[in-house]
Amino acid sequence: MTALIRLEDAGLSHNNGASFVFRHVNLTLEAGEFVAVLGPSGVGKSTLLRVVMRLIAPTEGRVILAPAPDLAGSRRTALVFQDARLMPWRNVRHNVELGLEGLGLSRQERYVRADEALRLVGLSAVTDRWPRQLSGGQRQRVGVARALTVNPDLLLMDEPFGALDAITRAGLQSELLGIWEATKKTVLFVTHDIDEALLLADRIVVLAGCPASVRGDLIVGPRPRDPSSAAMRALAGRMRALISGEPDPGGAVYWQSAEI
Amino acid sequence: MTRFRIFRRKGSGTRTVLGVVGLIVLLCIWQACVQFHVVPPGLLPAPTELWPAWRSEVAGGYWQHAVCDSLEHYSTGLVIGSVLGALAGLGCGAVPLADALTAGIVRFLRPIPGLAWVPFAILWFGLNTAGATFVIAISVFWINFYAAYGAVKSVDPELYEVAAAFGHSGFIARMRYVIIPASSPGLLAGLRTGLGQGWMSVVAAELFGVPGIGARMMQASSLLATDIVVVYMITMAGLYALTDFLFSFVRARLLRWQG
Repeated sequence: MTALIRLEDAGLSHNNGASFVFRHVNLTLEAGEFVAVLGPSGVGKSTLLRVVMRLIAPTEGRVILAPAPDLAGSRRTALVFQDARLMPWRNVRHNVELGLEGLGLSRQERYVRADEALRLVGLSAVTDRWPRQLSGGQRQRVGVARALTVNPDLLLMDEPFGALDAITRAGLQSELLGIWEATKKTVLFVTHDIDEALLLADRIVVLAGCPASVRGDLIVGPRPRDPSSAAMRALAGRMRALISGEPDPGGAVYWQSAEI
Repeated sequence: MTRFRIFRRKGSGTRTVLGVVGLIVLLCIWQACVQFHVVPPGLLPAPTELWPAWRSEVAGGYWQHAVCDSLEHYSTGLVIGSVLGALAGLGCGAVPLADALTAGIVRFLRPIPGLAWVPFAILWFGLNTAGATFVIAISVFWINFYAAYGAVKSVDPELYEVAAAFGHSGFIARMRYVIIPASSPGLLAGLRTGLGQGWMSVVAAELFGVPGIGARMMQASSLLATDIVVVYMITMAGLYALTDFLFSFVRARLLRWQG
């Protein structure tokens, strides 16, 4: 396994160090891993994601992205937002093509690539619609297609299903797993939903506190998973304890669990 | 709420018919007022006098000339004022330094009406097409400036992050991928207001002798030929209605994403 991205003692402060969003964050993502960042709302998970994506520079420590042969027509990272954030003046196809523009692809290549991504998320029938004509679930699928189509090494997802109804969410979660198994992308998935993290991720990084820090880094067992099983319930309880800041068994702030 | 028929909302077909009915009623009242000397003769031409007046203007070739001259002033002034106004508004809205530097200038120049620039238009350009164009361009400029400026300020800032996340950061990319498309409804609203304001400025720009509809109205009114004045008033209303109608197609096409 090779490390794709590594955060070394990363921290982000406001007002020249007066207050920290997060501090002393150490995190390594292996290529092909599905990692969830779990934490309560407002803890700084989304900000951490933007630091990983290098939309925001950390004020402390380092973010190291493994050198990779820059594949023509690809981007290193791509982001799926919580509220889809489509551009309302672009139709579905052109929203998906957003990240392909500026990569030196011909119109024809962009068309084919967007088509492929739209087929993967099951939206081939609505490529000419405007965002306002889509349901919340469809909009989010466009957001996923837009990110997948740039063929990123690292796919970042910022609570992508948080704003959806439970039925749509469950459908998209299982579709995401299917897409992940087919493409083997490295995924960093931010969520505040313990069950969602347990269902999807290989590894769960628990982020809590103020300033936020990594409270735990847990490896979840093999798929398919049953969130109602005893082992999963036990793991969920452990994560709740980590989030609420109850004393850790080992007393350490940062620890790595064994496989369950 | 809808107990009385007259308070009920009307369908678009009914509205059009009612609009025509209203117009005909107005013309009838107008005709009656002149016919039965409710207003002293000479103060107001009767609607029935307008057709012959128009025919004689066309026969003399004055009408065609005036319309062509005014259209030339209008379209060049409109294009120059709209393009410069929209560009300045986009620039000031998007570049904080430009915004801060021009804030004082804008406050100082904004309240000066286009008409007030006429002496300078005559001094700088003379009584010709350029002078008239200048006056029209100035009044259209501010409308587009404020429309563009406001549109940029109200762009959803989250869209900048979307563009950056997909590799489009930097000023040019923000302009192309976010600012211009996101402000297009505001820009087009400004252009549309400018279309109307432009026709109003045509009269002001030509009142001082630059040939065109405004100049012809001044000549006619100095001879108390009120029928001819009204002919040109109606001409201008018609031209405005036509430009606004044509523009509505462009607008609907460009903003079809809004539905």
